[in-house]
Amino acid sequence: MSAPVTEVRPNEKLKRPRSGLLARLNMSTWIGLGILTALVLSATFAPLLATHDPLQQSLMDQLVPPGAKFLLGSDDLGRDIWSRLLYGARYSLAIGFLSIASAMAVGTPIGMVAGYLGGRTDIVCMQVMDVILAFPTLILGLALVALMGATLPNIVIAIAFGSMPSFARIARAGVIAQRDREYVKACQTMGFSGPRILFRHIMPSILPELMVISTLWMATAVRTEASLAFIGLGIAAPTPTWGGMVRDGFDNILGSFNLAIMPSLAILLLVLAFNLIGDGLRDAVDPRLKDAS
Amino acid sequence: MFSFVTKRLAFAVLTLILVLTLVFLIIRILPGDPALMILGDQASAASIAALRERLGLDLPLYVQYGQFLQGAIQGDLGNSMVTARPVAEEILAVLPYTIELTVAALTLGVVLGVPAGMLAAVHRNRLPDYLVRCVSLIGLSVPAFVAAIGLLMLFAIHWRWFPVISAGTGDTLFDRFRQMALPTLALALIMMAYITRVTRSAMLEVLSQDYVRTARAKGASQATVVWKHALGNCMIPITTVVGLYLGILIGNSVLTEIVFSRPGLGKLILSALAQRDYTLLQGMIVVYTMMVIVVNLVTDLTYGLLDPRVQYK
Repeated sequence: MSAPVTEVRPNEKLKRPRSGLLARLNMSTWIGLGILTALVLSATFAPLLATHDPLQQSLMDQLVPPGAKFLLGSDDLGRDIWSRLLYGARYSLAIGFLSIASAMAVGTPIGMVAGYLGGRTDIVCMQVMDVILAFPTLILGLALVALMGATLPNIVIAIAFGSMPSFARIARAGVIAQRDREYVKACQTMGFSGPRILFRHIMPSILPELMVISTLWMATAVRTEASLAFIGLGIAAPTPTWGGMVRDGFDNILGSFNLAIMPSLAILLLVLAFNLIGDGLRDAVDPRLKDAS
Repeated sequence: MFSFVTKRLAFAVLTLILVLTLVFLIIRILPGDPALMILGDQASAASIAALRERLGLDLPLYVQYGQFLQGAIQGDLGNSMVTARPVAEEILAVLPYTIELTVAALTLGVVLGVPAGMLAAVHRNRLPDYLVRCVSLIGLSVPAFVAAIGLLMLFAIHWRWFPVISAGTGDTLFDRFRQMALPTLALALIMMAYITRVTRSAMLEVLSQDYVRTARAKGASQATVVWKHALGNCMIPITTVVGLYLGILIGNSVLTEIVFSRPGLGKLILSALAQRDYTLLQGMIVVYTMMVIVVNLVTDLTYGLLDPRVQYK
């Protein structure tokens, strides 16, 4: 028995077996995280990175192709596309994060309580959620924004409202899977209150799945916001939003392809990043689903 | 079977009534007076009051709700604020265009998506798999209007293979096909992405099962195993996804119709928004949602046809 089982060479000391969520992320997740980080940084440091004022018009410089003066060209009002993309990223990201955070904050407790209490509460809550699910996300968002007015908070509310049922469903299923487990029974025996059991003891076990679904929903939220802006229900002009920029580009499609392509690519990149991260997180959280992606 | 269908129908009707209630609440309860929204900030108090009366907004809420529900169930969605024509008539005039586009996109999505998903599963973790997964991920990420504009730029403006405007009318079958091609492809790409992913994952699971191994052991060819033995058992998840995403497809058709200037619900909803025709908007939301409810019902009923093991309970 002379095998040096415990022998550790100096260089190998650093190579600890990796564990935890980060270690389980695959390459495409890292690519998604990289794209997202780059976009968040661009949006944060937009004032430093922008070469022009995103709102400044110059009628002498309409539809200028990419070059030294305008990095990605200019739009039909002579505004710099690059600078507008940078500032537009702020709205896409803010609406993506805020709407899904709100949907999660409202939908999760509804689903958890419905799953925990069961009975009539469950039937009523989930029936209401199913009714909201029957609306196509874009149509519901369109109706709400059209009626409430196209402002940032209203767009956030409209998208959050449509995505809330998914969180309620996932949370409900998670709680139903947990509520008969021994640790929950133990908590109940010890006389813990319902909210305490739900939010302190059961919540951690359903959180990973909620995180996965929230990332995938952020992709949908960004797409929906861009679609609303394209229809003309985005944050009012002259504020730069990517969907609104595609609309401008589409109106001038015969004059310049560039104007529509650049913001389209930006939207695609952001949605792709969220999808890559969501897929990767799902694989990491539940390896059984690995092949499903 | 009969009781299952009845139950599902009753459930669909209940959902529809709840949907109508929600639409009513959204339109009536939201901050902002519809009469004020229609007439604008500059309107006089008298004209706002007159319009409120015309729209029935001065009646108690429960009376309005009763009238709305009664009308909607009888197929009366009110009259358009702009053209004064019945909303149901306006919608029915363009509905076939949207249904035609959606069905064509769905068919193309299935025809392309199912074989692509099977190809990826059979060649798991090899080049075809990576390619198919990449394409489907992009398909999932591209908004419908971006796909539509991309296709328009390439095939209609740059190469001029297809018309820029798909007016929805054509003298010959070939004309119709040319006008339908790009809008259909734009929507089908997105549907294909969803179908490819679910086909791949379902196929991977089925291919690892014992009966597939038995079929292979008996000497069945790869094509027989995949197409005859495995595909049948993938149909349930594929149908589920088709049903689930058909709603998204119907919603996305709005964007495609706008890009290609195609008649349909998309253009109608846009004009309803532009003209603040809120009875038309309300009616259209009801119709869109009804389409989703019908699709869900049909999906549920299809399960038993696809898989005899499914018991209607």
